[in-house]
Amino acid sequence: MNAINSGASKKRLPLKEKYRHLTRGLHWDTTYQPMNKVFPHAAYEGIKIHDWDKWEDPFRLTMDAYWKFQAEKERKLYAVLDTFAQNNGQTNFTDARYVNTMKLFLTGVSPLEYMAHRGFGHAGRQMAGVGPRVACQMQSLDELRHVQTQIHTMSHLNKYFSGFHEFPHLHSRMWYLSVPKSFFDDAVTAGPFEFMTAIGFSFEYVLTNLLFVPFMSGAAYNGDMATMTFGFSAQSDEARHMTLGLEVIKFMLEQDEQNVPIVQKWIDKWFWRGHRMLGLVAMMMDYMLPKRIMSWKEAWSMYFTEAGGALFADLARYGIRLPKYAEVATAEADHISHQNWAIFYQYTHAAGFHTWLPSDEEMDWLSAKYPDTFDKYYRPRFDLWREMEKEGKRFYNMGLPQLCSTCQIPMGYTEPGDPTSIAFRSSKYNGDTYHFCSDGCKDIFDNEPEKFSQAWLPVHQIFQGNCGGATMEDVLKWYKLDGDNMDYAQSLDKKMWDEWQAGKNRVSG
Amino acid sequence: MQLDLKTIEVKQRRQTFGHIARRFGTDRPASRYEEGTYDVQAVEHFHYRPTWDPRFQIFDPNKTRVKMTDWYALTDVRQYYYATYNIARARMYEAVERNFDLVERANLLDTVDPKWLAKIRDVLVPLRHYEWGANIVNAGITYDGYGTAITQAACFAMADRLGLAQLISRIGLTLDNGDGTSLDGTAARWTGEAKFQGLRRVVEDMLVVDDWFEALLAQNFAVDGIVHGLVYGAAIPAGNALGGTPVSLMCEFIAEWRTDSAKWIDGVLKAAAKDSPENAALLAGWYRTWRDRALEAVKPLAEGLMDGAAASALAEVAAQLDARAARLGIA
Repeated sequence: MNAINSGASKKRLPLKEKYRHLTRGLHWDTTYQPMNKVFPHAAYEGIKIHDWDKWEDPFRLTMDAYWKFQAEKERKLYAVLDTFAQNNGQTNFTDARYVNTMKLFLTGVSPLEYMAHRGFGHAGRQMAGVGPRVACQMQSLDELRHVQTQIHTMSHLNKYFSGFHEFPHLHSRMWYLSVPKSFFDDAVTAGPFEFMTAIGFSFEYVLTNLLFVPFMSGAAYNGDMATMTFGFSAQSDEARHMTLGLEVIKFMLEQDEQNVPIVQKWIDKWFWRGHRMLGLVAMMMDYMLPKRIMSWKEAWSMYFTEAGGALFADLARYGIRLPKYAEVATAEADHISHQNWAIFYQYTHAAGFHTWLPSDEEMDWLSAKYPDTFDKYYRPRFDLWREMEKEGKRFYNMGLPQLCSTCQIPMGYTEPGDPTSIAFRSSKYNGDTYHFCSDGCKDIFDNEPEKFSQAWLPVHQIFQGNCGGATMEDVLKWYKLDGDNMDYAQSLDKKMWDEWQAGKNRVSG
Repeated sequence: MQLDLKTIEVKQRRQTFGHIARRFGTDRPASRYEEGTYDVQAVEHFHYRPTWDPRFQIFDPNKTRVKMTDWYALTDVRQYYYATYNIARARMYEAVERNFDLVERANLLDTVDPKWLAKIRDVLVPLRHYEWGANIVNAGITYDGYGTAITQAACFAMADRLGLAQLISRIGLTLDNGDGTSLDGTAARWTGEAKFQGLRRVVEDMLVVDDWFEALLAQNFAVDGIVHGLVYGAAIPAGNALGGTPVSLMCEFIAEWRTDSAKWIDGVLKAAAKDSPENAALLAGWYRTWRDRALEAVKPLAEGLMDGAAASALAEVAAQLDARAARLGIA
């Protein structure tokens, strides 16, 4: 018998204590190299942290437990993906128009998951406190999971449908995809605290129900079992991410009063940036799902006005208020999906997915969901375009739009309170004029002109000859579009889908 | 009713994504590793430069002096993407779980020479801080590296090293019957006790290396090669003669992990060296520097674990690592 073990009964440390040993207990303050050189990005944003030990670990996950849970989830998920592929589950979608939402997802959202993976890698390196650092590292892993499970899910759709085959390429080149790309480029070029506010809090906590949930619910409603399964499978990861996002905000606010105005400014910025990007989701929900879940307006009311309102009421004790222009965003919920779909309808010849006009039934649904705006402002436009289609003059806009220098969306949005006038704002910086779609976007630029003046604006780049050549044909070739654009009516997707349906009808007699 | 889909012709339009087909020169079915890895990282049209260092783009091949014709030549021979990585680690950990269970349930540590257990407590347990340093180095490469092939593997290495730090802590908890006393003072010993200072200096110096590829090689090949080679390759097996088999059982995950990790890093270094003589020379220089530093730093630890056998064991570890480096073309 030896001295260490003899006769001793096993004492179990409380979980919290044990977890402390397994994370914070690993830390030491470096001395051969100064701490500010080891963690060089910890201070330059002006956030003051006095005591990292005050950090409360929102979940106590050791690495072995992480491997075990995640491996189990992956085994189940990939079994479903394999079955879906084997059974050609895509033939059971409500309609092939649905697939266009997934094209938007793979080209617009999945690359952001990838950027989140790298961004959380950065935060997981630079956060000087062990607790948040470990949490960020696990989120970095999770985000890699999300981008890869999404690619692997969509890999099967890519074999049959247009619009998937050049997703990374399109993400970096396609004009409307500079909206999500610049959003995340902005976040990862910020310091670790702003990144956490932007992605961990504003995006994952405040707005995720308006991005992830509509896509996954849309999949469930439209017979896409593979997408629905990765959505469900990601939920427990997302729950961790939301908890982390909120914890970081509270931690910064509790550590020093001087952090409050910095954090508020970031919340204002990232709320507006998020709102602008989610306009793509708005149009997806109202126009692209053959079987709709709810309207964008309803989703905004439920997830932002109510849930977000309760959150900000809770944060009021720290001196945090609702994001600036929240009321403008709420008012825009009546318009944004219609205005966005109109933009994409006009520019489908230069897009990586198909568009179409809503049917009579769909227009009636929109009237019911948007009683104050749809019939008055948007139905007449769709009626006109339908007349033009009947005459064989489907409307494609061959001009190039002016883009907002912040959100990079074509300047097609209207003035708050005046849905018949386009909103224009501008600022001067270093002798150049920059244009914006809204006060929110102008404020963001004015706060960091040295950053936003760097933006790679697709339309500017096309005019400068940096996108394949001088003609529309050159640009489309540079995008590597191959039957992915134009109206749904004349698409390969529709032709194939109709053949499948005819085949099914023959079989079922 | 159930439709009989067999009679519907569901014809594929393509086998894989365009960027994958272009890499292979043909549209053929691709593996999940390939589709989840190749060209997933953006390479062009970055909108803004990092506010903390505007010299570079968000992802920038110039953050290292290594030059690659194709950064996706640095593939992971284990073909790990997220799912296969986690499934592999979960399986490895299941086995070690059984080992810990056996050691604890049957009080196997009672059969070990107490002097050997004291050495484990004295030298091995504080080395959890070494693993924690490796976690930070690899987290840095997850962001700073170029191309998903190398950065996702660095991300897995980051997770691995947290896992190893926690596994070593768990060995400590087994030694102290779960009361945590074996872990309480390790940070103070790591920063204060003379025998750890050489290694700690090497670790802290790796944390501030600017060139991410140098950090990758230093940590995952040169310094690991010496430190892990000594502790898990030489000392722990030698302890079996002192009845140390239960300790070996608890370290089994680490032994298995070393083989797994070596496959990855060897493949990466070999590919980088093969790409140009300039790369090979650069890597060889880095290898020599960090190998020499590590070898010097671990001497007191080798003596702490192996007494009189330390010098010959270390020479053997260094010779094996040199032979490995020679095989990869970076000696």
